[in-house]
Amino acid sequence: MGEDAESPKINHTFLRDYVTEADVISTVEFNQTGDLLATGDKGGRVVIFQRETESKGEAEEAGETGDSGEYNVYSTFQSHEPDFDYLKSLEIEEKINKIRWLPQQNAAHFLLSTNDKTIKLWKVSERDKRPEGYNLKDEEGRLKDISTITSLQVLFSNGHTYHVNSISVNSDGETYLSADDLRINMWHLGITDRSFNIVDIKPANMEDLTEVITAAEFHPHHCHLFVYSSSKGTLRLCDMRASALCDKHTKLFEEPEDPGNRSFFSEIISSVSDVKFSHSGRYLLTRDYLTAKVWDLNMDKGPVETYQVHEYLRSKLCSLYENDCIFDKFECVWNSSDSVIMTGAYNSFFRMFDRETGRGVTLEAWRESSKPRAVLRTRRVYTGGKRRRGDVGVDSLDFTKKILHMAWHPSENIIAIAATNNLYIFQDRVNPDTQTQ
Amino acid sequence: MFPKGTKRKFSDSGEEPVSAGDQVPPAAPSVAARTLTSSYSLQRQSLLDMSLIKLQLCHMLVEPNLCRSVLIANTVRQIQEEMTQDGTWQIMTQALAAAQCPADRLVATEVLCRQTDAAAQAGQSPKPFSVVGLEEGYHAEEVVMEGDVETEVTMSTLSPVSPQLSSASYLAGPFGMGPCWEEEEDDGECEEDEEEDSEECVSEGEEADRDHLSADSRTGEQVFGTFEIKHPAPPPDPALEELFSDVDPSYYDLDTVLTGMQSAPKMGPYDLLESLSSHGPTTLSSSSSCRSDLNELDHIMEIIVGS
Repeated sequence: MGEDAESPKINHTFLRDYVTEADVISTVEFNQTGDLLATGDKGGRVVIFQRETESKGEAEEAGETGDSGEYNVYSTFQSHEPDFDYLKSLEIEEKINKIRWLPQQNAAHFLLSTNDKTIKLWKVSERDKRPEGYNLKDEEGRLKDISTITSLQVLFSNGHTYHVNSISVNSDGETYLSADDLRINMWHLGITDRSFNIVDIKPANMEDLTEVITAAEFHPHHCHLFVYSSSKGTLRLCDMRASALCDKHTKLFEEPEDPGNRSFFSEIISSVSDVKFSHSGRYLLTRDYLTAKVWDLNMDKGPVETYQVHEYLRSKLCSLYENDCIFDKFECVWNSSDSVIMTGAYNSFFRMFDRETGRGVTLEAWRESSKPRAVLRTRRVYTGGKRRRGDVGVDSLDFTKKILHMAWHPSENIIAIAATNNLYIFQDRVNPDTQTQ
Repeated sequence: MFPKGTKRKFSDSGEEPVSAGDQVPPAAPSVAARTLTSSYSLQRQSLLDMSLIKLQLCHMLVEPNLCRSVLIANTVRQIQEEMTQDGTWQIMTQALAAAQCPADRLVATEVLCRQTDAAAQAGQSPKPFSVVGLEEGYHAEEVVMEGDVETEVTMSTLSPVSPQLSSASYLAGPFGMGPCWEEEEDDGECEEDEEEDSEECVSEGEEADRDHLSADSRTGEQVFGTFEIKHPAPPPDPALEELFSDVDPSYYDLDTVLTGMQSAPKMGPYDLLESLSSHGPTTLSSSSSCRSDLNELDHIMEIIVGS
């Protein structure tokens, strides 16, 4: 890294094939306005990007539709450190599993970040940018980010025996839920020493355990409703008004199994890796290994829409089971108007589906094919028929390049895609010729 | 892993495992239809072996991924159910009981017992299978890496260990919550007792964990104290062959597998499997150092076994 100390940008080309495990991005999240974008990585660090609104450098003129500002680093801090559970002789990974922003109430920003065990509430605030003569440049010659202060506000610890997979802030702005493999707890942001257990699926005898919780989320508008998904492909909508312990779901969403497609892998590929409410609160989006499904909250018999993300992998399930790829957990997201859904795949590909037309498109998040301002071209995986130039064969897919984490701007067509240790931000230009879909 | 060598041959030829996912016929209504091809049986067996390895290998320094373990265990259960209906389950377990191949076991042990250097430093019980499985276990103390006091205490109290005990101990425990595995390694008289003990201790542990949101209140002494009380008498014949022959049928018994999974001696890095696949950079330094640990251990084991 010292080779290019002179140039403003660090030349990473020689690092192309070497990925520091700690730099692998493990979560991406826009805040409610979309001005801030937070990423968490395996090393326990959080990097917050802020969208530039003034004309700076390459920013568009103010006359163009919307802010076309770029995202630049706003704040970086170490959220979680590696830990060791001495009683169980186990390491606790510092990897950030999820980040969720709190609705902004004042000048400061608050976010929740969690690793496997501990949830932390961080406050990020700005201070006057008045350098006072101390060293302003870091080792790489860049101006130090001296304008933000990050402080730990609350440590929500010891709430979870199992690995936390989800956190979700309630629409009431006062509570949030955290879910691990077997339990879901509800916390009050102001109460640090205890949480309320609202779901517990741990069997009396652990040998009877056949299903775990994989994701959970609060309803965007109804503060008493939340949903959680399971490893058996079911969704449960729970109403907290019904009882303190929501072990009985209000609604169970499950798709009947297709007997024609049954194999030993059927259950594994039905496991839901992510669940997201639509912005309207009327639909649910789920991701399992091969598909993305849209469910109507009023219809529990099955999804209303099913999108094939990479059906060509169905014949490769045994290999994918052998190399553990079948356990990869892909996230899924809605666009701001709930008309498009997006999810990741392998080979740095990610997929977008237009709900109105039902059509999907494959895009690629890869440095070599994405120059700044270039239009993303659609990709195709060759599965038979006429082969076009640029098609990628199924056997050529790189399964180490997974797009697991992503986020969509709350109101604009800006997407953030995490590809291993790289973050790609794609913006949709209004010009119809250059639209990515 | 006696059958593994044999199965490898078949699964390596062509794309059979690959097509297994698709070509495996849907759960046929009639048993006759299912006992169809030998290739299907082989694929199924290969899948079963693979799944069992995965269950054991998912114990490492970091707490195992419970979701993954549950899914794999469910797959194993599915296979077992189908094989039971076919009648092939009985045949297999009988064949395994009759099989005597210590050399193969040692190889398997090497695969199962790989671990990272960090684990050794952290005082992990490094190779509980091979260590615990030894006769008097007194030898166990010699092979244990320097660890903290707690680990040494564990090792020495494990000294007279029954074969069934070790079967439970080496089988990884994705569901088990930490301290319980130590409590569980006790009454090796019969499988049922083992399971009962495990469920008691697990639920107790869980309640304790759940009720106090503060750090786990159980101290090391309490854990090991309980363990000592439940400690079994030494087995009459601690020969390695008998050890393995007792292990195998229970190895394939799903209940024991699941029970064993609760007695989670964390061992072997998850990275082993990942390093076998195409993805994921592994910590190269740790694998090379664990390899040397492995060689050392194999050497020691050979001396002890007297092979």
